[in-house]
Order: sequence, then C-alpha cells, then structure tokens
Amino acid sequence: MTTLVIAEHDNSELQASTYSTIAAAKELNGDTVVLVAGHNCQSVAEQAAKAEGVDKVLLAQAEYLEHLLAEDVEKAVMAQEGDYSHILAPASTFGKNMMPRISALLDVQQISDIIAIESDDTFKRPVYAGNAIATVKSNDAKKVITVRATAFDALATEGGSASIENVDAGTHTELSNYVGEELTESERPDLGTARVVVSGGRGMGNGENFEMLETLADKLGAAVGASRAAVDAGFVPNDYQVGQTGKIVAPELYIAVGISGAIQHLAGMKDSKVIVAINKDEEAPIFQVADYGLVEDLFKAVPELIESL
Amino acid sequence: MKILVAIKRVIDANVKVRVKPDSSGVETANVKMSMNPFCEIAVEEAVRLKEKGIASEVVAVSIGNQQCQETLRTALALGADKAILVKTDDALEPLAVAKTLKKVVEQEGPEMVLLGKQSIDGDNNQTGQMLGALLGWGQGTFASEVEVEDGKTKVTREIDGGLQTIELKLPAVVTTDLRLNEPRFASLPNIMKAKRKPLDEIALADLGVDTANRTETISVENPPERSEGIKVESVAELVEKLKNEAKVI
Ligand SMILES: Cc1cc2nc3c(=O)[nH]c(=O)nc-3n(C[C@H](O)[C@H](O)[C@H](O)COP(=O)(O)OP(=O)(O)OC[C@H]3O[C@@H](n4cnc5c(N)ncnc54)[C@H](O)[C@@H]3O)c2cc1C
Ligand SMILES: Cc1cc2nc3c(=O)[nH]c(=O)nc-3n(C[C@H](O)[C@H](O)[C@H](O)COP(=O)(O)OP(=O)(O)OC[C@H]3O[C@@H](n4cnc5c(N)ncnc54)[C@H](O)[C@@H]3O)c2cc1C
Repeated sequence: MTTLVIAEHDNSELQASTYSTIAAAKELNGDTVVLVAGHNCQSVAEQAAKAEGVDKVLLAQAEYLEHLLAEDVEKAVMAQEGDYSHILAPASTFGKNMMPRISALLDVQQISDIIAIESDDTFKRPVYAGNAIATVKSNDAKKVITVRATAFDALATEGGSASIENVDAGTHTELSNYVGEELTESERPDLGTARVVVSGGRGMGNGENFEMLETLADKLGAAVGASRAAVDAGFVPNDYQVGQTGKIVAPELYIAVGISGAIQHLAGMKDSKVIVAINKDEEAPIFQVADYGLVEDLFKAVPELIESL
Repeated sequence: MKILVAIKRVIDANVKVRVKPDSSGVETANVKMSMNPFCEIAVEEAVRLKEKGIASEVVAVSIGNQQCQETLRTALALGADKAILVKTDDALEPLAVAKTLKKVVEQEGPEMVLLGKQSIDGDNNQTGQMLGALLGWGQGTFASEVEVEDGKTKVTREIDGGLQTIELKLPAVVTTDLRLNEPRFASLPNIMKAKRKPLDEIALADLGVDTANRTETISVENPPERSEGIKVESVAELVEKLKNEAKVI
C-alpha cells in the first residue's frame, strides 16, 4: 500500500496544510509519496523531501501548472503511474477544487474533509455544519480523501531525506485559463494556522471599526477573521470568513467580537482550544461555547483590552 | 444558450439538526425541508443571465424522491422555464449524482451547468467538479462573479487567499458561492404561474447509470460537547484568566 499526497504550495513554499495532510497519510499503512505539481517549484520539492514521514517526492513541472488550475492538476495526477491505495489532499479551496475531478475519473466516491482515521478504509467526517459526525467506510478499491488540516498535527518540517524524481506533468487542457488574482496581503499570520484568531461580526458596524480588531490582533500576534454577516456587508474581504462554508480554524485562542454564534459560524471555530466572546447581548448563543464570556459593548471592551495587553 | 441548474432538497438551514438515538442518521421526519441555499443562488444566477438576454432557457433538475417536486416548483416560481425530476427513493452519493446529471446534460445539451458549491447537509463539495471531469468540461467553482461573452465565461472565485479570476471555454460547469447574488423571493403570481410550467419526471432506473453506493455510513453521532464556560465581569478579569488560568496569552 502506498499513499499519494498532492501538495498544496505557491511554487515557493509548501503550505502548512500539506504538512497536516502528510501527518494524516502517516496514520495509514504503507509508504507516503508526495506529488509536487507546479511551475519553477524545485524548492517546494526540496522542502517536501525534508519533511518528516515522506518516503519519496514526485516533481511534475510545466508552465501551465503555475496557477494549479483544477483541469490541469487533474491531468498531472492522472499521468502518474504508481499504484496508489490512497490519494490525499488538504480540504482547502485547492483540494476541494481539483480532488473530486480525480475521484470521478478513477470512479471512486471521494470522502471529503476527514477529521479522523479509524482504519485504512474508515474515516470520520463532520456533516450538517458539524452538528453530526459521520463514520464512513469506503468500499472503493482506492480511496480519494480530503483532509481537514486543523484535525491533524503537522509533523516536523526537517529531518527527512526523501529522493526527488521528475515525472510527467500531463497536458494543458486549455479548458480554463488564468486571468488574475486579488490576494489579501497581510503581515499577520495565516487565518488557517494562526495560534490566535480575533474575529468580528455584524456588531462591528462597519469596515473602519475592524481596525480596532487589527490593533488587537497585532498585540496578540493573531490573524483576523469574520462572520459571514461581516463579509456580506463588505466590512472585510471574503477570505476572512470563518464557518461551515468559509474557513475552518482551531487556534489556541479564538476571540469572537460582536458575533452572535450562529450554527454555521460555530462550525468553523468550535474546535478552538479557548474561546472568548465579547457581546452586549447576554442571550447570544456564542456564550454557550465560550470559555470566557464578557457581556459588554465591544466599543468599550476592545479598546480596554488593547490598553491592558 | 441553455442553462441547466442542479438543485438539492435539504433540511432547512435554520433547523437545529438532531442525531437519531440509534446513531443511524439524523432526524428527518417532520423536519422543514428547503432548497439548498447554494442552489437558490444558482437558480438566481441562471435567471439573471436569462433576464440579461444571455441565457435562452433555464432548466432545473433535481434527483430525489417525489417531494423534490415541491423544490422544483420553487425553482420554476423563481424563473426557471422547465423542470426535470429524476426520481429515486435512494440517497445518492455525489459520484452517482454527477453520473446522473451527465446523462441529463447529454439529453438537454446545455452550455452551462450551474450547481451549488456544497449542500448544507452532506457538506461534500464534490458534485460540480465530478460532473466537470466526467464531461471533460472546465469548471469555475466557488463563484462570486460570472460573466458570459463570446462563447466564454469569466468566473471570479472565492479562494483561501482572496479572489481568483479564470476564463473558461463553454460549455462549462460553474458552482456558486454565497456572494454571487442575493436570491429573490418568489412572488405570488409567479408561484401560480409555476404550476403551469412543465415538470417532467424520469425514473432513475431508466437512465441506466450505475448509482450503487460506494460508502457505508457506520454511524452518525453528536459532536463532542463543549462545556459552557464562565462569564467574566470586566476586561481586567478576562485578561487575568487568559494569562493565569488558560495560559494562552
Ligand atoms: C448556507 C449558509 C451558509 C452560511 N455560512 C456561514 C459561514 O461560513 N460563516 C458564518 O459566520 N456564517 C455563515 N452563515 C450565516 C449565519 O447563519 C449567520 O447569519 C451569521 O454568522 C451571523 O453573523 P453575525 O454573528 O456577525 O451577525 P448577527 O447574528 O447579526 O450578530 C451580531 C451580534 O453582534 C452583537 N453586537 C451588536 N452590536 C454590538 C456592540 N456594540 N457590542 C457588542 N456586541 C454587539 C449582537 O448582540 C449580535 O449578537 C451561513 C448561512 C447560511 C444560510
Ligand atoms: C449523516 C449523513 C449520512 C448519509 N449517509 C448516506 C449513505 O449511507 N448513503 C448515501 O448514499 N448517502 C448518504 N448520505 C447522503 C450523501 O452523503 C450526500 O448528501 C449526497 O451524496 C450528496 O452529496 P452533497 O449534496 O453533499 O454533494 P455536494 O457536492 O455538496 O452538492 C453540491 C451541489 O450538487 C448538486 N446536487 C447534489 N445533490 C443533488 C441532487 N440529488 N439533485 C440535484 N442536484 C444535486 C446541487 O447543485 C448541490 O448544491 C448521507 C448524508 C448525511 C448527511
């Protein structure tokens, strides 16, 4: 048995989500092979080769793989000859986008967003916005799986010495072409992996008021997140959204400010180690999951909090 | 151009879902069902493309039991021209749904298929991408903006780092994200009109697709409970607790 992990990266760095996916692969029997598909991404393959738990790295490079479009990644993965019992990718927008294509072409029913591995064919995954946890057994010969990164602790990034092999990069389908990207530039840690997250909701009132949360975040070395309501209202960009249909986070400390605690929001943060809620409504459901609740106007509490840190 | 919209009937987003005591699934008896919110957004987008003169016909399709007729009538009331129910009493997995939709696509010949990015029950986020691969079409997933011009569609996608724009050859698959549009409500006259619009029924068995399940649900359980914490009286107390009790700052 051999597991193939499809690496998420930006052609220069291997993403944290990949290290978590490798950790999940190590819970399965057999070797772990990492496929790095991309453009000018030799350094990513070198990082993967050094990662703990990796037995071999496959490097598939082509200019059209630069933006990792789903149709082309599909071709690159399908071009690999090895016989893999399991194919894994992170359940990020990268994995969610391309993995079902591979699954369909292999005639396999994908298991999405697993949070635990019971055995080589049985996995746990949340359904209904995390209101229920299903244990699912796959009867397909191969397993195609996306992994919730926050559920698996990443292994060491150094220490390994796997070989790197150049492999076929498939073909450019030209079904889809890259036009451009508008990425949120931030000096702050990545929302998905930050140790502390400070999130704001509709209660923030407007985008300018989010500056207050940014100041608080900088004091704590935190990432800034938001509820759907805050994103829909245009206070912050879409990639801030935490929840069932946004990002899943599980930091050591999650501070929810002016967020009511709708089930869809809780789905994205309730596995945080310590939750703090600041809300002026003492009946707000967020208090039911908060370790520390402060019933107060956020415009009074947040400046005070910044002051006392 | 013809647009096919795939819609799924799910437990309403506002219902508090309860796990059955025997861990076999969740309670669905006497629970309010609705169109999956992402599918509503897909219907709305298709109807807007028709109103702009880009789409000529909007066909809604759902795979499921007889009650899905009700969901399809909602799609008709929102502006779809025709509906197709592929009837089955089995709960199909995304791969089977994608294979079934492929058959419907071959019969209907749309140039675009719009789907929700995920359904809020299964949370799989697979069907659209699988359909794209099976058809050999390009895909624009998690769309927050869709433009159609000269046999191509430009799709802006919500990705983890922000927004990405791609251009797809038509025919293509597009899956919707939350901010693509705000679905309208069906007006009473349109609900009445919808009753007279065509709603065809096909038996799943007649399509000759292998829809056998590949997975078994062993159990469905409640997630681990978070115990309710405490209320602090002041910011000073909060900081003290975070430092000395939780030791996280
Ligand atoms: C299909 C679907 C998917 C969804 N996906 C997500 C998702 O991924 N993520 C997500 O977050 N939501 C999601 N939602 C939306 C979710 O249901 C809620 O609508 C949303 O989370 C509410 O955001 P909020 O808590 O910021 O706003 P509200 O519910 O309006 O809460 C605002 C809170 O701020 C408090 N407040 C106001 N002013 C102050 C003040 N001055 N000081 C202190 N407190 C104040 C209020 O007491 C209130 O509790 C989804 C919904 C659907 C239907
Ligand atoms: C707790 C639980 C247990 C389950 N157990 C089983 C089981 O044992 N066996 C089993 O077969 N299934 C089971 N299911 C159902 C199954 O997991 C999914 O609900 C189903 O496979 C469809 O996946 P999805 O809707 O999440 O797909 P997604 O890929 O998330 O759906 C995305 C989009 O695809 C389209 N779409 C999806 N389904 C349809 C449809 N029927 N008609 C038209 N368009 C559609 C819609 O546009 C939708 O927005 C279970 C579900 C749950 C929640």
